Amino acid sequence: MASLHRTNGGGRVDRARTLSFTFDGRTYQGHPGDTLASALLANGVHLVGRSYKYHRPRGILSAGAEEPNALVTIDRGDGRAAPNLRATQVELYDGLVAESQNRWPSLSYDVGAVNSLFSPLLAAGFYYKTFMGPRLLDSNWAWHKIYEPLIRRAAGLGKAPTLPDPDRYANRFAHCDVLVVGAGPAGLAAALAATEAGARVILCDEQAELGGALLSEWAVEIDGTPAASWVADAVRALAASPRVTLLPRTQAFGYFAQNFVALAERLTDHLASSDPAAARERLWQVRAKEVVLATGAIERPIVFPGNDRPGIMLADAARTYVNRYGVRPGSRTVVLAACDSGYAAALDLHRAGIDVATIVDPRPNGNRTLIEAARTAGIAIEVGATVIATRGRQRVTAVRIARIGADGSAAAGSWIPCDHVAMAGGWTPSVHLFSQSRGKLAWSDAAQAFLPAAAAPGQAQRSAGACRGVFGLAAALEDGFAAGKAAADTRVRKRSFNVTHDLTDFSGIVGTPGTGAHVSKAFVDFQHDVTVRDLKLAAQEGFRAIEHVKRYTTTGMATDQGKTSNLNALAIVADHLGKPIPEVGLTTFRQPYTPVSFGTIAGTSRGDLFDPVRRTPCDGWAQAAGAVFEDVGAWKRARYFPEGGEDMHAAVARECRTVRGAAGMFDASTLGKIEVVGPDAAVFLDRLYINSFQKLGVGRCRYGVLLNEAGFIIDDGVIGRLAPDRFHVTTTTGGAARVLNMMEDYAQTEFPDLKVWLTSTTEQWAVIAVQGPRARDVLAPLLEEVDLGATSFPHMSVKAVRICGIEARLFRVSFTGEMGFEINVPADYGVAVWEAVWREVQKHGGCAYGTETMHVLRAEKGFIIVGQETDGTVTPDDVGLGWAIGKSKRDFVGMRSLSRPDMVRGGRKQLVGLLTADPKLVLEEGAQVTAELHPPAGTPALGHVTSAYWSAALGRSIALALVADGRARIGTRLNVPMPGSDVPVEVVAPVFLDPKGERLHG
Amino acid sequence: MLLITCPYCRMARPESEFHYGGEAHVARPAEPANVSDAEWAAYLYMRANPKGVHAERWRHIHGCGRFFNAVRNTVSDEILATYEAGMSRPDLGDGTKDAR
Repeated sequence: MASLHRTNGGGRVDRARTLSFTFDGRTYQGHPGDTLASALLANGVHLVGRSYKYHRPRGILSAGAEEPNALVTIDRGDGRAAPNLRATQVELYDGLVAESQNRWPSLSYDVGAVNSLFSPLLAAGFYYKTFMGPRLLDSNWAWHKIYEPLIRRAAGLGKAPTLPDPDRYANRFAHCDVLVVGAGPAGLAAALAATEAGARVILCDEQAELGGALLSEWAVEIDGTPAASWVADAVRALAASPRVTLLPRTQAFGYFAQNFVALAERLTDHLASSDPAAARERLWQVRAKEVVLATGAIERPIVFPGNDRPGIMLADAARTYVNRYGVRPGSRTVVLAACDSGYAAALDLHRAGIDVATIVDPRPNGNRTLIEAARTAGIAIEVGATVIATRGRQRVTAVRIARIGADGSAAAGSWIPCDHVAMAGGWTPSVHLFSQSRGKLAWSDAAQAFLPAAAAPGQAQRSAGACRGVFGLAAALEDGFAAGKAAADTRVRKRSFNVTHDLTDFSGIVGTPGTGAHVSKAFVDFQHDVTVRDLKLAAQEGFRAIEHVKRYTTTGMATDQGKTSNLNALAIVADHLGKPIPEVGLTTFRQPYTPVSFGTIAGTSRGDLFDPVRRTPCDGWAQAAGAVFEDVGAWKRARYFPEGGEDMHAAVARECRTVRGAAGMFDASTLGKIEVVGPDAAVFLDRLYINSFQKLGVGRCRYGVLLNEAGFIIDDGVIGRLAPDRFHVTTTTGGAARVLNMMEDYAQTEFPDLKVWLTSTTEQWAVIAVQGPRARDVLAPLLEEVDLGATSFPHMSVKAVRICGIEARLFRVSFTGEMGFEINVPADYGVAVWEAVWREVQKHGGCAYGTETMHVLRAEKGFIIVGQETDGTVTPDDVGLGWAIGKSKRDFVGMRSLSRPDMVRGGRKQLVGLLTADPKLVLEEGAQVTAELHPPAGTPALGHVTSAYWSAALGRSIALALVADGRARIGTRLNVPMPGSDVPVEVVAPVFLDPKGERLHG
Repeated sequence: MLLITCPYCRMARPESEFHYGGEAHVARPAEPANVSDAEWAAYLYMRANPKGVHAERWRHIHGCGRFFNAVRNTVSDEILATYEAGMSRPDLGDGTKDAR
């Protein structure tokens, strides 16, 4: 089906095949090889979006990644909706569903366009003025109806999908000798040179086809070969080399330290249907020995009033639509040309049968050859003129041109009817990646651009071609080849290229043509609706630095990051401040170059793999038993085991009674375990822990407390001596890795003379605690020839045993205050032994209990939990553990700090117990403790509640607290302000049950 | 992601294999009981925080597990040298060795 808007032939689309797609619900046709933008233009659709602030109708500006206007949402169903995609980069496929954005109810009739009426309220800095200043309108009306909706939209034009992303994303690390970014003429030539040198090469380009600007040429011949054939030959030669990886549809979006470059490869978005198991996108993390940046340049719009109407586009984009996609973007064109590419576009549009009404060239002197060529083609030319106004609502219908006088002012001239305008403002080198690599840029007057100057240390990279201001095809090819040769092997022979129809002048103009006095509501940043007036206003209001102007006006802060606008904005601000451009500075280029989906960055780190969960060997048993779990670090721990619809309170009370009355079993496998081995193991532990270990007998255990050098408790645990040179050290569940790292640090760097080896054994042992007055009876039948009697195996003992025939380490330890044992068996036998113990526990009327019961039982005994009773500012003495400090020790980690003045000064917070006057009331953990019942505001608290529980054993609530001079306050009354009421409490010793330890030693 | 050469493994490995460990060459006093409060406080808390060249500790935690030292420029993130724990800071000829 021939289209009015298609050229008669040529281009790279496959006209033999037709694809159907919808845009805002209407069905259109296109061809393979089209982008969504080219297919829309081929159907005469120019109005594709509404601007973000004023909801002005907007058309397709560009043909590439820099597109600010033609942002669409592509919906592939099942939650696969990607917003803010540039129609100029979306490859067409059969059945594609695209929706325009930022309009309601429809693109043609958009209610939000009323915002144009409020434009005086929406000038630069309106956010700040709205937040900071007096309300312009006295009611909330303006806020709710105007400001807030606008500010909400500022987060992005499209709507984020609400369903989980069902797609898969892949990740790959890669290394290469030379990474070439961009497969235009310079990039292809660089890859050819590096490949010739035998280097491992990765060549990536964001487009589906490699070739860049060469794909839009029809007349150019390179060394006698038409450009398209030259590209095909080059790609074939590269693909034939096993050392070359070609990555089309791959955007290099971030350049990090030491030549680490992140690439996003699109794998399936261009396909009408794909295997659901196939990854949608792939993140490449490339470490390259050398990087060649061949990222090209972006054509600048020209700043003139009404320059944002649909039908007004960049000249080179118009040329690309005609030459590459076979699309006529208009029927009657006015070309505003400030450099050679405008003339090239005019000639190619003319050749495609478009009526080029006139070329308007703001410069006094253009390229004579091109002017002659245009005249020969019968195109009228206005030199030293510009456009000062345009007409047309949803498509441009006419432009008014004006001559620029000697004083730079523009006098009103005639209206020229047209339905298309091509602007060639000059070319801005794409230095984004170079700048991300922390390379320094320098302003070039000749190129009217910032160009790469000094590379950052550690970044072995070079720019080639247009991205470093080397324009023209022959020059870019040669520059690219030289860069590839320098990156790979300087022995490769230099190459020159013979190119026909080459262009020379690309600098154009920056800012406004002439003085710009006639220019006010001319758009600079199309995506964020920033006009010349906004920029001038910012300068008038005192903003001098471009980074401040950027934030105040939001220029360059949209999803396109100002690819087409930044330099014009900079020039306008510089002009208004009367400073040269380099003195005003340049905003920072940040990753990503174009938006990257969260899925690509997250990769496989989603769901269960986002933050992997640690489960104990007995986890399955606890799940089957209906345990309720809690997260402790990365571990899932059983919190309580409800029976018959019990809530937590009831279940915990029952578990507590059962443990104290009979026996309970508890999964303690998450405890950190470190095997400390070597002839100096005891000396080493002596230097780390506050306790003495050298005189600890084999088969005995000690409760160890670990400080940092500042003297504060950071960990605790039971340490058992298995042999003169072997200790079994346990740590808190959360502290295992930290303690091992600290031990390694001291072993390696402070005490390298000690012969000691450290091994994490946390995951090697399953640990089953059996606690309660019947604990011995529970274990006895399972053990072979072991006397568990109080004298032969007393509290704080350890022994190698066989349980159920399995070699195990049996500890007699207690964290409940009851007689207790902890069985360590190899993790693989954990469930089997657990089940054997469970059978015995049941015989004695026992139960399994969880962490909540463990917490209550230990609190009844006043045992601390590091991280609950301690917070990194607590010393051993503060929590009543001064007794644990080895009396004859000269040094251990943190010892010296314990005698610093602040550590021995009175008034330190000390661990005490609190009993509420109302025994039923359980205090809030974290609540403040005060002396007065209703302290005046500003009174400092004496301390805070660290633990508070219902104690089934005592039939009342209990609490532990850190209180200033707490031990001296025992027997007095204090207060705990709680929501609704202040609670009087009695200060008591922090051991509520069996202070003499008779149950423990039984 | 920085590349860091572990002086024990003698190969450059990605930063994700390493843990940062603070300023290097802060030696623990051999006899803490014999130092003054001020000296101990300086050992505990006083650290250089230079804009520029900095000697610092790293641990190849997901590799050989060893602690070592590195000289890094905190402005450019350039790692100028890595060396084994216990070795003295190399003189890179830039006048920063004794600057602390």
